[in-house]
Amino acid sequence: MGEFRMPSLGADMEAGKLVEWLVKPGAPVKRGDIVAVVETQKGAIEIEVFEEGVFERPLVDVGATVPVGTPLAIISGKEEVAAAAPPPAAEAKPAPEPVAAPPPPPPAAPPPPALPSVTAGERQRVSPAARQLAQEAGVDLAGIQGTGPSGEVTLADVEGRAGKAPAAPAAPAAEGAMTGMRAAIAAAMARSKREIPHYYLAHTVDLTAAEAFVARHNEGREPAERLLLGALLAKAVSLAARKYPEFNGHFENGVFTPGPSVHAGVAINIRGTGLVAPAIHDSDRLTLDALMAAMRDLVVRVRAGRFRASELSDPTITVSSLGERGVETLYGVIYPPQVAIVGFGMPVERPWAVDGMIGPRRVVSMTLAGDHRVSDGHRGALFLSAIENLLATPEAL
Amino acid sequence: MNAQDAEAALAQELRRIAPDVDPAEIDRDADLREQFDIDSMDFLNLVTALNKRFGIPIPDADYRRLASYAGAVAYLVEKVK
Repeated sequence: MGEFRMPSLGADMEAGKLVEWLVKPGAPVKRGDIVAVVETQKGAIEIEVFEEGVFERPLVDVGATVPVGTPLAIISGKEEVAAAAPPPAAEAKPAPEPVAAPPPPPPAAPPPPALPSVTAGERQRVSPAARQLAQEAGVDLAGIQGTGPSGEVTLADVEGRAGKAPAAPAAPAAEGAMTGMRAAIAAAMARSKREIPHYYLAHTVDLTAAEAFVARHNEGREPAERLLLGALLAKAVSLAARKYPEFNGHFENGVFTPGPSVHAGVAINIRGTGLVAPAIHDSDRLTLDALMAAMRDLVVRVRAGRFRASELSDPTITVSSLGERGVETLYGVIYPPQVAIVGFGMPVERPWAVDGMIGPRRVVSMTLAGDHRVSDGHRGALFLSAIENLLATPEAL
Repeated sequence: MNAQDAEAALAQELRRIAPDVDPAEIDRDADLREQFDIDSMDFLNLVTALNKRFGIPIPDADYRRLASYAGAVAYLVEKVK
């Protein structure tokens, strides 16, 4: 018999609010099944179960906010199901110590490439901006019928409700006070800057080979099968992280533990709200096409306001890429308990010397923020060089 | 395809990839990506959705024609029979 607990979804999370159970008592569950939705500062997170058995009974009511580590439900092992006697109902236990991040998830199934579609009977989807406004304005999302194309609750839906709300009950935040995701980011980044002795390296990388590879790959392919440069960047960082394990893992309680796998967290901007960097599981082992599909799927789900617990807790290194718009260079701040973040600026055309000749080349600025408790600039430089070499031979990615 | 149908389809797909964007606020001639801070992944997802919906190829070279809302409507009117 196992207890299903409120997971820790990042160094900054202390408690979560149980929003919904997605399984009923008596239902069989297996590793990777999504059984609950928890509201955190980062939005609604789908929580997976990590054992096989039967969902015996919930221990926490929907709507309750409980500390990380609190048992949420009883999951019976298969063999116990028949014999399971109902345990005493209310055991007043002291609040448990926060537990470590949940165990590694099952091998990721290929993500469905489809765009989100919500049919009748499915649970409510809420856009991140809508969720934040609802929280600030004290609007109950449960009472709102979403009007988004997939049935999701949009900002406009909440605005409409917020306007009509009878004297907003929420205590108004002090002028300029941080709320929701911004508070979560502030907490994590303040901890990072307080605890992690960052060092920074920067290098400019010729993108000619990588961009030519993307263009060749996309030629004649359907849009659903096209690649973006971002997938190559994530794959190159992931492969290099496998070779340089001191940049891939978690530093907790004074000890660095290299990740058993590479789960690159890819930073995704959420317009007007902040950003998240959920994991692409086993990003070093996915083919470029599979990695691209996983990134697309992640972006779509983040936009719809839904991602999974393991995606938030599992990243072993972060990749942050500005894409086609912005500035040349991005210096990252490490997301604890990770120990490295690789940043890519906007690719630009610059005069570049090759074989004694100067010509225009597309280049990108690549940076590393590393954790001096685990590595130093010398190894960091080798790590970045490895990424550069991988991008120069994209066929090998 | 007439402009009205093209516009309705575009608005629907745009809201699907960017639920936080309000089509009522669109400046029809401005760059969609600049205007709504749509990144390249969102844009590719929009292209993919239009491709699936209408069965038109939309090669990379045509992306610039989809840059603005008005441009994208005109493109659909031309390409979708």
